Amino acid sequence: MKIGVCLKQVPATDTRVVVNPTASGILTNDVKWEINPYDDYALEEAVRQKAAGKGTEVVILTVGGAETEQRLRDALARGADRVVRVDDPAMAGADALGYARALAAAAKAEDVGVLFCGRQAVDGDNGAVPAMIAELLGWSQVSWIDKLAIDGGSFTANRAAGGGAKEVVTGALPGVFTCDKGLNEPRMATLPNIMAAKKKPIVVKNLDAIGLSAGAVAPLVAETAMSLPPARPAGRKLTGDAATVAAELVRLLREEAKVI
Amino acid sequence: MGILVLCDTDGGAPRKSAYELLGKAKALGLGPVTALVLGSADVSSLGGYGADAVLHYDNAVLGTYSTGAVVKALANAIAATGAQYVLASANQVARDAFPRLSARIGAGYAVECTDLRSEGGKLVGRRPVYAGKALVDVATNSAVGLYSVRPNSFPIGASTGASAPVTVSDGGVSAADVDVKVVQTLAPEGKEVDLTEADRIVSGGRSLKSKEGFDSVVRPLAAAVHATPGASRAAVDAGYAHHGDQVGQTGKVVNPSLYIALGISGAIQHLAGMRTSRVIVAVNKDADAPIFQYATYGIVGDLFEYAPLLQKEFEKALS
Repeated sequence: MKIGVCLKQVPATDTRVVVNPTASGILTNDVKWEINPYDDYALEEAVRQKAAGKGTEVVILTVGGAETEQRLRDALARGADRVVRVDDPAMAGADALGYARALAAAAKAEDVGVLFCGRQAVDGDNGAVPAMIAELLGWSQVSWIDKLAIDGGSFTANRAAGGGAKEVVTGALPGVFTCDKGLNEPRMATLPNIMAAKKKPIVVKNLDAIGLSAGAVAPLVAETAMSLPPARPAGRKLTGDAATVAAELVRLLREEAKVI
Repeated sequence: MGILVLCDTDGGAPRKSAYELLGKAKALGLGPVTALVLGSADVSSLGGYGADAVLHYDNAVLGTYSTGAVVKALANAIAATGAQYVLASANQVARDAFPRLSARIGAGYAVECTDLRSEGGKLVGRRPVYAGKALVDVATNSAVGLYSVRPNSFPIGASTGASAPVTVSDGGVSAADVDVKVVQTLAPEGKEVDLTEADRIVSGGRSLKSKEGFDSVVRPLAAAVHATPGASRAAVDAGYAHHGDQVGQTGKVVNPSLYIALGISGAIQHLAGMRTSRVIVAVNKDADAPIFQYATYGIVGDLFEYAPLLQKEFEKALS
């Protein structure tokens, strides 16, 4: 069984967001890019499952241009075997469902039997693509897992439930799993692996090569008018002797802010 | 036409997020509002909060969440009502089921909106992206639009006492539709309200210095404020708190009325997760800590000195 991992490059989490002049997105000139933090857990899980004999090969599936190469090499250095990168001008306007169609088609073409994704990408924060892929492939899905055991064609996983609870679930492969913090500790790349990763293949495919037309990724959702959140009104610092300040704060929360 | 609202229930009664969404759906004026309830529950109160009709899929199969059964039930409810829009609270059910439903019926999915408005007969959402560092308008252009809404986004009005006609059915789902099965539910570690739904949060940072520090300072103060304890990433990575307690860009995004930050400097990733809190209180030794730029009330001082004093005052005020 081949193991698939979906990766996306996103602005580093310490990025200060600046909206572009057309309010259609952010300015990316000064952005430092990294692998989506949740995708690190997905990659690590795939590599561990392969090491445990549950799969034969770890294939990264991604959508993006040549500018993502450095992040993909880094992922290869952390244990993935090769990359399929879907690159097509039509993807520029795609929404989550368009991305899911492209990734599902790539997963099918690669004949992967299990797919690991991060629980959400921390740019658009949709967390929608993995379950969409599962539906398009007719596979099982389990969202926000922090534990997984694969046993032949079946699995047991711990997933997030409402109100901070967890559920232990069982089901049958093939399946899509979205990975949460706590699932594993992602490894760092070692120097020999970084060198070896330079020789691993990155195959680029357009939509046609995976059997999709540009129309198949036309968006159903439009995001417009991006803006920065309103600034918070200036607050105030409370000064004085500690006991008085503590009493004053509780009084203000009750009488002025009316939140207690 | 109209709006279908997936109403969460807990222990057989609607949750307040259900009333929140019904009231907003009614106020949007985009046609009749149908409340959809999955599994056994008392649905008699829903008419008072804005439901024109109630669709009650009173089926034990839907009492425990499964992707297969719930997605099918939602698709059936959309077909039965002809709804143009479907609203749900942005919780684990919506996160798991809505994207799958979106792909199944070709419906656009607007995720975790914090505001909704009607514009020329269409529903437009406003949603945070980049963990709330920016906001965008979002609208679907498909026959059906799915919108999830972050809890605590809208006020809840008083019940009008109105009642709404209830249609009961099994939702067209059976045990055969359960794909991934729940074999065990593990209760949350604390008994507090989950961070994402909490109305009050007391969070601690690396300045707590140890797990013992966190447990002896943050948790008792949170208990005194009737709040849920939270933590910065630094505190979680240092092992003071569980990863489920983490507030921020790679943890939970929260939206409480009151957020008390103890010894949290206010890294951009943390601020992204809590900046929409209505009132922010910061206690920090460093007067230049970025958190003070966001704090409604700031105290420059040692959290180990202030936390017990605050605890005493809150206990007095809230007893």
